[in-house]
Amino acid sequence: MNVRSEVVTQFKQVAQEQGKRLAPLTDDLELLNSGLDSLCLAILVNRLEDALGVDPFTASEDALFPVTFGDFVSFYEHAAA
Amino acid sequence: MQQPSPSSLSHALNTAGNLADRFVSGAEAKIALSNFVKGSALDGRGHELCGRSVLIATIDQLMAVAALIELDGVARRIVLYPPDLSLEHLPFVARSAAVDAIVSDRATIGIETPGVTSFIHCHERIVPRVSDRNVPHQTEWILLTSGTTGTPKLVAHTLTSLAGAIEKNNLAPATLVWSTFYDIRRYGGLQIFLRAMLTGASLVLSSAQEPVGEFLARAGALGVTHISGTPSHWRRALMSASAHLMAPEYVRLSGEIADQALLDQLQAFYPQASVSHAFASTEAGVAFDVKDTMSGVPSAMIQHTPGVEMKIEDGTLRIRSDRTASCYLNHECRPLKDKDGFVDTGDVLELRGDRYHFIGRRDGVINVGGLKVHPEEIEEVINRHPHVRMSLVRTRKNPLMGALVVADVVLRTAPISIDNCTIHRDILSLCRESLSAHKVPVSINFVSALAVAETGKLIRRHA
Repeated sequence: MNVRSEVVTQFKQVAQEQGKRLAPLTDDLELLNSGLDSLCLAILVNRLEDALGVDPFTASEDALFPVTFGDFVSFYEHAAA
Repeated sequence: MQQPSPSSLSHALNTAGNLADRFVSGAEAKIALSNFVKGSALDGRGHELCGRSVLIATIDQLMAVAALIELDGVARRIVLYPPDLSLEHLPFVARSAAVDAIVSDRATIGIETPGVTSFIHCHERIVPRVSDRNVPHQTEWILLTSGTTGTPKLVAHTLTSLAGAIEKNNLAPATLVWSTFYDIRRYGGLQIFLRAMLTGASLVLSSAQEPVGEFLARAGALGVTHISGTPSHWRRALMSASAHLMAPEYVRLSGEIADQALLDQLQAFYPQASVSHAFASTEAGVAFDVKDTMSGVPSAMIQHTPGVEMKIEDGTLRIRSDRTASCYLNHECRPLKDKDGFVDTGDVLELRGDRYHFIGRRDGVINVGGLKVHPEEIEEVINRHPHVRMSLVRTRKNPLMGALVVADVVLRTAPISIDNCTIHRDILSLCRESLSAHKVPVSINFVSALAVAETGKLIRRHA
């Protein structure tokens, strides 16, 4: 499964459900400027756990939190590898 | 050691001194404390509120600060209306607290409130005080917390009970600057406000409207040294590129379970800081502060914390101290304390090795990013849907917010013309219309049955 495309799909899905306007998902976009608020990001993380079977936020205790969209995708790619 | 009780906030501020150099900063303005203590943000009309029951319902936190400093010791009672609570509850709150005056920075409240005879506008234009204050009242402070049905509970404190955990003998250097991600009209934020005011520090307020990156940059620019928030606030901060713009000496977590991963990450990110996690609730007050950067609470701390008696009874943490609230003002609430004066926090603790760990709530209350959610309130909304027979709202663990809300729904036999997708969508719309965003279930599962206990109540599991 392509992790990046799943992440993009879920970003769009959550934004649509929550009525948020999503910024273009470039790798240097800061997550906190993506248009998703903290509740939306939390929902996204649960949805990705269902879709990809991983939750890197819980699994990787020593990793730093992702700041940009690119960090976020890599975070999931490493966890799903 | 027992600390001397502050007679009023204004008096305590004067005692701590250095008022011209100390400040409170909001997203829009930074005001020296001397202005608040000597001036009036109420057009010099504060004395009209002497002995009255005053509800403070401002939009701007800075205005709430101004009103608190001006009215503590003057009003008989002050009621702090949180910014996120819908004004539809205002008549109930006003009635329950016998409110006869409202202070607000809104032009009007726009809601009928019987019994309220004065409305005083609060604004940033500070004018000289009309008269010297002489502290005629030991003001009662009323904080609002969420109740089972969506109606708030009114919790009664005094400045003495609220400030019970604050060491006032050791005045802070003028360079000490507190900040908090909380709003000061909630217990967690109010603690930080009082800590700054009573110990000689300054304060940087957050704002719900301000992006977190801008708040962190402002906190850094104003030299914040001590800062508190929930684990969810901190996870969000660590996801901001601006988190490195501040270099706090002290990082405090409260309001939710602090897990080891987050404690480690915060310590690694702010290596110079002491990282601690504290337990407090609006009803039970501040209980303890765990400073060893380990999750859970040492059992020795439960057994011996000066000034606070704690015990585990029927699995939940019970607290007795002079920091607890005195009572609920609501007539319908059960007593706040048991016959021995202990407050049941409802938090279930489990002993693992020599530390207690929080594992959830006995009453099924879900903690979403530090905000209490009563499942019954959401179930009541879902059950309004004509095709719903019953529902159970429960928690789903979440690494960013601690927990999110999900619902299991049993449908009545629906007419064939209506499919489950339509019902799903309609239930969500109903929830979005009636509930705050964090209470809307993030998923709805249709199930064939729900477990019901012999008492006829739904079986709720911890966490």
